Amino acid sequence: MRRTISFFLNGSEVNVTLKDHMRLIDCLRETLNLTGTKEGCGEGECGACTVLVDGQAVNSCLYPAPEAEGKNVLTIEGLQGSENRLSFIQKAFVELGAIQCGFCTPGMILATKALLDSNPDPSDQDIRAALQGNLCRCTGYVQIVEAVKQAAENMRGPE
Amino acid sequence: MKSYRHIGSKTSRPDGADKAAGKAIYIHDLTRPGMLFGKIKFSEFPHACIKNIDTSKAERMPGVKAVITAYNTPEIRIGFLRDNFALKKDKVRQYRDEVAAVAAIDPEIAEEAVSHIKVEYEPLPGVFSPEEAMKEGAPLIHDVDPQGRKRSDNALSLRFHHESGDLESGKQTAKFIVQGQYSTPLVQQSCMGTSGCIAEFDMNNNLTLWAKTQIPFLAQRDFNRALGDMGLRGKNTRIIIPAIGGAFGTGLDTHAYEYIAILLAFQTGHPVKILYTRDEEFAYLSPRQSSQTQIIQGCDPEGRLTFRSVEVLQDNGAYTSWGATYPSVMMLPATSLYRVPNVYFDAKLVYTNNTYCQAMRGYGNPEHCWALESNMDELAEQAGIDPYEFRLINSNKPNETTPMGLKISTCGLEESLKSVANTLDWAIKRGKGKQRGVGMASLIHVGGGGRIYRSDASGLILKLDDFGNVNVYHGGVEMGQGLHSVLTLAVAESLGVRPDKVFINPTDTGTCPWDVGTHASRGSFMAGNTAILAAKKLRSQIFRLAEDVFPEEVHKNLKKHIKEHPDYKPPEFDVEAAATQDRFELKDGFIFLKDAPDEPWLRLELGRYLRAIHFRDQGQMLTAEVFYDPPNELPDFEKGIGNISSTYVFGTQGVEVEVDMETGEIKILRMAAAHDVGKVLDPEGLRGQIYGALAQGIGYALYEELRTEKGHIQNTNFRDYKIPTIQELDFPIDLEFIETNDSFGPFGAKGAAEPGLVPTAPAIANAIYDAVGIRIRDLPITPEKVLSALKNLNKQTEKRRTAK
Repeated sequence: MRRTISFFLNGSEVNVTLKDHMRLIDCLRETLNLTGTKEGCGEGECGACTVLVDGQAVNSCLYPAPEAEGKNVLTIEGLQGSENRLSFIQKAFVELGAIQCGFCTPGMILATKALLDSNPDPSDQDIRAALQGNLCRCTGYVQIVEAVKQAAENMRGPE
Repeated sequence: MKSYRHIGSKTSRPDGADKAAGKAIYIHDLTRPGMLFGKIKFSEFPHACIKNIDTSKAERMPGVKAVITAYNTPEIRIGFLRDNFALKKDKVRQYRDEVAAVAAIDPEIAEEAVSHIKVEYEPLPGVFSPEEAMKEGAPLIHDVDPQGRKRSDNALSLRFHHESGDLESGKQTAKFIVQGQYSTPLVQQSCMGTSGCIAEFDMNNNLTLWAKTQIPFLAQRDFNRALGDMGLRGKNTRIIIPAIGGAFGTGLDTHAYEYIAILLAFQTGHPVKILYTRDEEFAYLSPRQSSQTQIIQGCDPEGRLTFRSVEVLQDNGAYTSWGATYPSVMMLPATSLYRVPNVYFDAKLVYTNNTYCQAMRGYGNPEHCWALESNMDELAEQAGIDPYEFRLINSNKPNETTPMGLKISTCGLEESLKSVANTLDWAIKRGKGKQRGVGMASLIHVGGGGRIYRSDASGLILKLDDFGNVNVYHGGVEMGQGLHSVLTLAVAESLGVRPDKVFINPTDTGTCPWDVGTHASRGSFMAGNTAILAAKKLRSQIFRLAEDVFPEEVHKNLKKHIKEHPDYKPPEFDVEAAATQDRFELKDGFIFLKDAPDEPWLRLELGRYLRAIHFRDQGQMLTAEVFYDPPNELPDFEKGIGNISSTYVFGTQGVEVEVDMETGEIKILRMAAAHDVGKVLDPEGLRGQIYGALAQGIGYALYEELRTEKGHIQNTNFRDYKIPTIQELDFPIDLEFIETNDSFGPFGAKGAAEPGLVPTAPAIANAIYDAVGIRIRDLPITPEKVLSALKNLNKQTEKRRTAK
């Protein structure tokens, strides 16, 4: 069965026709050609495919696309500002060496966004709790934690 | 000490912003017009004869464009010893053997078609451990060798052996002797981006392959040979490398799935993509080998090592990859970590019906370090010497040649030992009990290339354009480790331009000069040295041509300057006389004379200068190409002699742990890592390399293990195969980089990519021993093993008490 759904993707309304059982990740990557969302395991174990649905971090590999109907979906493509400007979080990840192969990065950054939107001044423990579903094989996570703290600081602005 | 403009300063990696924005293109994201999707049918038995393959149902499915087996395609032999085949005929030797493949218009159809392929097997008895495989009368995995000669046993023909000094006299002079048997498991590299490729033929039957490889040029050689096998002798493979989602050694061989994509692409005339799912990655990609190591070593009453004897047994699995040459690296620590005069080393590799293995970060060194550094602690205890002191007594020194013939130039081992002891408060914390303990372990590794092939070289081209940009073509592979950061800094530094004017082109065998491969922690070392050499060439071209062009251009400058500033009185300076090639300098993208560096009209922006030499009579564009083969030797591995690298890295890691007596869990409280890196090139990148390797070392030490049941891998997902999460890395890690400024290294630097993983596991095991007195000799150190060892320890203590 195919059906047409509409949702808000990175701030703009989109209408897509898709199969009932289609996963959100396939809708994004294949139907809408937004390949910034990465598939690392397809089983909700690695977090590489993390996107935000109504502000909540979800594994788009487990999320049925039809359930996005009427909701706000934010992918990595929606994070950068106009004129190719990186967001605070992206900038902090780049500057602090929190990126190596980069395959986990979009998911890691979106999980960070979900955290900072609800908790602008997270402790190390908060950061670890928020990112525990996002695996990274390259960095050992140290600079990721540093980047999240830096991003939080930058977002809060000068005190 | 020399000061640098860019080297060692904090910079962001050139691909960082794209990766943060989700714009980096991995093989997962690439498509080609008309592209089909390939899927492989793998063996359902570990050892069996193939009686029949029925592909008829798959072939009839709409959307299926090709179904191939070894029976309808040419034979393609692959692997380090060419004992493997792209598709298997007559017999399967492991669960993951490729027996058939499909190309279809979408991945779902391809998957369904594969499920309709029916294979009839006649199972054969299998062997699943090297011991079983070596038994008299064990089933033969390969009846004949690649040359067609009948085989009589399962041992590989590869020999890795070393004998130096006099082992017997070493034993005679030893006051204390300790022996131990240590083992390591199969572990998975677990790249976040799974394996895959796209193969596409043009109408001249030349092949382009988008590949996840660390060896583009050796892969080109392999695939060109395969083209020959397919009746396309003389045709070429061009390999293009997209962004890579981690490699860690998985790209050091060419893989059956790549040859299958090539066969499917040729058969169908369409580009074909094969992309592994996570389950396939765990089940069908070669992991790190398991190993067993027997060590005996001894020391004199003062604690000086007098001999070391090492025997390694390696389960090769069913076929042979480059990873089979792990012992070539194991020899380094065996012969050369700490000063030891009399050494014996021997490694045996045996075929089994287990999954065949390949390279992973460290390449035999973590396996060997596990055995050696655990045993060093055991010997220190026997000799009644603190293990830190014991290591200091035996520490390597600069400017020494080791029994293997390794010429150690710089050596920061002593400093790294002291640094770790200091950071961990060793003297205070060691031996205090209360379930807490500290331990350390050290390493030696190649740091100046690693010659395991006829050439250990690397080429580099710098091409300047009309805008003062520097286009870089280099055959090394960026796979996350930060090669392109180092390359950018090295080019900017040695040429005299800003890093943002340096552009690294994608690695492509069609445009980049040859490189043996990105392995052996050689990327930065080679990129740096080639950049220095190429920049030197380019600067001399720039300065030679400047003798004519510079005066012409600056006179134009001066005219303009006077027009704008009528009162300006130029200094009395004879530009023509001063403009000799040895008097020029290029810095931050400006050419000027050393005698007048600050006069504004006497400074030329590089782009303008380049346009001036381009757009004139007999105009020129400037490029420089270099090919650098480092001064090292291809060892004779049967004798175990040869200076494999032009310099060596050393380092020490220490850890403080707490053991939970109820659950057997190990809690890491703090880690310290001190590495002799020669010189820090890219501080953020370097930190990331060490942290990342440490995390992999923690997984190796405490929980990572591919479990097999008669050759069948049981844990093929991240639920059952745990890699460290951010929750496990919840303790302080102190890093210290020791800068020994090696004369062979670019700007003094040595390789640093693998070392962080090498000594982590034994440091943890040694700390556990210090905490609770149990010695675990087989990785990983699971809570079950800890509890069982604690129980045994209690029993022994009880026994001793009752005996009294």
